[in-house]
Amino acid sequence: MRQFFERYQMPAIGLVSALLITALVMLSAQVPPLSVYGVLLTGSFSTPTRFADMLMLAAPLLLCAVGLTSSFAAGQYNLGIEGQMTIGGVAAMAVLRWYVDAPFVAFWWLGALVAGAVMGGIWALLVAALKHYTRVSEIFAGLGLNFVALGVSLYLVFGPWKRPGVASMSGTEPLPEALWLTTIAGTRLAWLTPLVAIAVCVVVWWLLRRTHWGLQVRASGLSPLASERFQVPATRRMFEAMWLAGASAGLAGALQILGLYHALVPNVASGIGLMGLLVALIARADIRWVAPIALMFATLTAGSIQLPLALAVDSSISGVLQGVLVLAMIVSRAMTRQRGRA
Amino acid sequence: MNESQLLTDMAAIIAMSAPLLLATMGVLIGERAGVINLSVDGSMLLAGMTGFAVALTSGSVVLGFVAAALVGAIVATLVAYLGISMRLSQTAVGFVLALLCTDLSSFLGNPYVQQQGPAVPAWDVPVLAEIPVIGPLLFQHDVVIYTSMMVVLVLAWVLRATRVGLLVRGVGERPDALFARGIDVVRMRYVAVIVGGVLIGLAGAAYTLDLKQGWTYRHIAGTGWIALAIVIFGAWQPARIALGCYLFAVLQVMSSRMQANTWEIPTQVLQVAPFVVMIVVLAIVNSMGTPWMQRFLAHAPARVRRILTRISQPAPAALGQPFEQQ
Repeated sequence: MRQFFERYQMPAIGLVSALLITALVMLSAQVPPLSVYGVLLTGSFSTPTRFADMLMLAAPLLLCAVGLTSSFAAGQYNLGIEGQMTIGGVAAMAVLRWYVDAPFVAFWWLGALVAGAVMGGIWALLVAALKHYTRVSEIFAGLGLNFVALGVSLYLVFGPWKRPGVASMSGTEPLPEALWLTTIAGTRLAWLTPLVAIAVCVVVWWLLRRTHWGLQVRASGLSPLASERFQVPATRRMFEAMWLAGASAGLAGALQILGLYHALVPNVASGIGLMGLLVALIARADIRWVAPIALMFATLTAGSIQLPLALAVDSSISGVLQGVLVLAMIVSRAMTRQRGRA
Repeated sequence: MNESQLLTDMAAIIAMSAPLLLATMGVLIGERAGVINLSVDGSMLLAGMTGFAVALTSGSVVLGFVAAALVGAIVATLVAYLGISMRLSQTAVGFVLALLCTDLSSFLGNPYVQQQGPAVPAWDVPVLAEIPVIGPLLFQHDVVIYTSMMVVLVLAWVLRATRVGLLVRGVGERPDALFARGIDVVRMRYVAVIVGGVLIGLAGAAYTLDLKQGWTYRHIAGTGWIALAIVIFGAWQPARIALGCYLFAVLQVMSSRMQANTWEIPTQVLQVAPFVVMIVVLAIVNSMGTPWMQRFLAHAPARVRRILTRISQPAPAALGQPFEQQ
């Protein structure tokens, strides 16, 4: 009991102070905090449609965040996650464009998902290669490649894959309806999307926590030099862990195309990757926390979409709350650690 | 393209680079003292929004800049406190603050979107503005642009030739040695990061009150990350960083020029061209110290080797590491 108290005391204080700080921000903009929190927390559960939309946000977010636990374990700040997700979407679309009316639509789904994962992973390998061979920090390599990925998808949407007639930001010609992932009764919930996300979550957890490979990744993340000395191929493990992160994000991009957009839109990732980084930063050491935190962040974001209509409040307050929360959690973790040392 | 067009373009490039110069110099001061302020992107947005809002409500551009500087300083203080005093990962803290400040700027800046506001008036430098070519190029802008150029010169001089500059470089390279000689490393780093934050804040206001004249959601998002990259490209040397800022502006002007011509490439694609160049340049500059490049250099002609090795300069040795008192 005492141990439980000591372990969760600081995070609890962090959570409360994050809520208080964000409330202060709201008050400074003359917005009533309690009603805003009400909409943020319950908005996603008010109707089945909204709940479905929340899950469709939570799934790609979970995929990105869980992939990032792999690159974090290898000691890399993979800021290129947005680009990896975008390229995953592009690759999926490249496959789906070849669609001919065939009896097994599931093969096309599988092909798109595999293509998305592979290409997302390759995009992450670019970051790893820039880091290892040219010593460009993965932060800047990743960010730069995000813009390049955006350029690629823009080029395709406005160039070779543009709609007959006029090209627009709304994306390419929609896919034939036979290719759309099947949804549950009247909502946008494509059941395959969250299912894949959960499956990947379990696989990554198992790889990182229960295999020799995962142990080596974590060791090389803590100290590449020391692990090389213990015969761990640290560089190789770094590349593999980055690939896994990119593949997971690429899968998210492919699922967005198949299940949500049904076309290639210019910005497939639209900030989900960066939000995944926030989720991974809170959970960091423990993959089991990734899913609940991703669910919470998706709830807040999906809830915030109703703020402008319900209370005439800008929806970016959910981003403020998420940012403050992550900072509070990082700080509280450090304080718990310091207290443990004393 | 005729000569007067070229001159106008070059003057525009110099004007465009002003906020980037301020931001990169702000980043540079902190990094030379060993602290990475990764929050620049959000910090600039929040400061720019605040500066615009204050200038709009008070009617005073000067007050706007003061407010922006203050916001930059506050965010920098947070980075310093969490990164130096609490010894959290500077990367994590900076990244989260970058996102947080971006969202804060959108939320708090909501009432000010696309409002007409005050702006910095143009002001030719007397006498100097009359000089042919150099006058229109350098001296027919406004105070913000002159200030940004002065900041580069002053910072280059301070870092190179003064005791304060020596101390700043010292806490970034060998904090233990300075501590042993009785220098308060932690305080020195705080001061450097906060002064840098002031410049970053001013850079945000330079956009909203001068270059872009107004505020919309995330309108300068991405610039802060570019500033961080240019500092690496410039190998932590003020003059080279300034050169990097001008090169980046040249690329931007060129890409908008190419859009004007009827090219086959969709316009949106050209906007990402500077980022591709940024990655390639960073890769070349950074790979100088790697074994494969060393092998290549061993076979290269002596002159090529000299030029290439001069391009590459190592980062401040203690960059990003918290200072542990022995």
